[in-house]
Amino acid sequence: MPDLEFRSPDSGTAVDARGLRFAAVLTTGVLAAALVTVPSPVGVGLLVAQTIGFALAAAFGARANPYGLLFRRAIAPRLASRPRPEHPAPPRFAQAVGLVFGLTALAGVALGSVTVTYLAIAAALAAAFLNAAFGFCLGCELYLRAARLRHRSAARTRTEQPPPLRRPHIEGETA
Amino acid sequence: MTGMVLLGVVLLLAAGFGLWRVRTDGRLRPDPAAEAVDGQTLGPADIGAALGERATLVQFSTAFCAPCRSTRVVLRDVAERIPGVRYVDVDAEAHLDLVRALDVRRTPTVLVLDETGRVRRRAVGAPRRADVIAALGEFL
Repeated sequence: MPDLEFRSPDSGTAVDARGLRFAAVLTTGVLAAALVTVPSPVGVGLLVAQTIGFALAAAFGARANPYGLLFRRAIAPRLASRPRPEHPAPPRFAQAVGLVFGLTALAGVALGSVTVTYLAIAAALAAAFLNAAFGFCLGCELYLRAARLRHRSAARTRTEQPPPLRRPHIEGETA
Repeated sequence: MTGMVLLGVVLLLAAGFGLWRVRTDGRLRPDPAAEAVDGQTLGPADIGAALGERATLVQFSTAFCAPCRSTRVVLRDVAERIPGVRYVDVDAEAHLDLVRALDVRRTPTVLVLDETGRVRRRAVGAPRRADVIAALGEFL
C-alpha cells in the first residue's frame, strides 16, 4: 500500500479485505461451535484449532491463517469482484487479540475453570461476529486505549515532574 | 446448555451494538470537549502543522486502524477541493497528551476546526465525504 503516512509495526504486503471477511465468518462459526460444545473434547479440539489459526495469523500475517489459504485457493478464483487490498497491520493486531482470548480459554480448560473458558470464547466470538457482520475494526477500538493506559502509568511513575498539560483536562481525568 | 444460552446472548448483544455503531459511526457532531471547556482551541504547536486559512480537518490515526486509511483519502481530497481548508493527520500514539486532553478514545477521530482553531465538530469513526463538506459549509 503506497498510502502509509507514519511508521507502521508491519510493512508487509497488502491483504485482500474480502479474504479477511471470509476468515471472520469462519472464525465466528468455529467459535460459536466451540462455545456450545466446550468443555467436551470436540469443543476443546475446535478451540485448539482456532487458537492455532490465531497464532499463525498473529505471527506471520493474515495470509498464513488456514482460512486465508482456503479463501485464496477455493473462493477468490470464483468471485467476480476485484480484490480489495488492505494494510496487513490492523487485522494482524486483531488476530493477536484473538490469540490472547484463545489462550485464556484453553488455560481455563487446563485449570478446570469452565467459567473462564466460556467468558474468553464469548469475548472472542463477539469480536469475530462484529468483524464478520459489520467489518468491525478491533485495533481501532483497543489500540489507542491501551496506549493511553500505558501513557498514564508511565506518567505516574515519573514522580519528579508531571508531564506539562497543554490543554485543560476533561471529564475529571487526572495526570 | 450454558454454552447455548451464552451463544444467544453474545450474538444478540453484539448485533445490537453493531447496529447502533453503524448508525452513529462517523457522524459529525458539535464537539463535547468544546462545550465542556470554554473555547477549546488548537494551534500549530498542538497539531504540528499550520492551520488552514478557513478551516482545518484534523484526523487522529493509529497504525492498527484500517478505516483511518480510507478516511485519510477522503479528507485529503476534500481539503484539496475546498480552498482555505487544510488536512492534518496526527499520529495519536505519538501525541498522547493531546489525545487525553481532547479525550480521543478510538481512531479515526476527526476534528473540524474553524479558522481560529476552535473545535467545531467531531466525528468518532470514519465520516462520510458529504457530511464533512456539509459541516464545513456550516461555518465557512
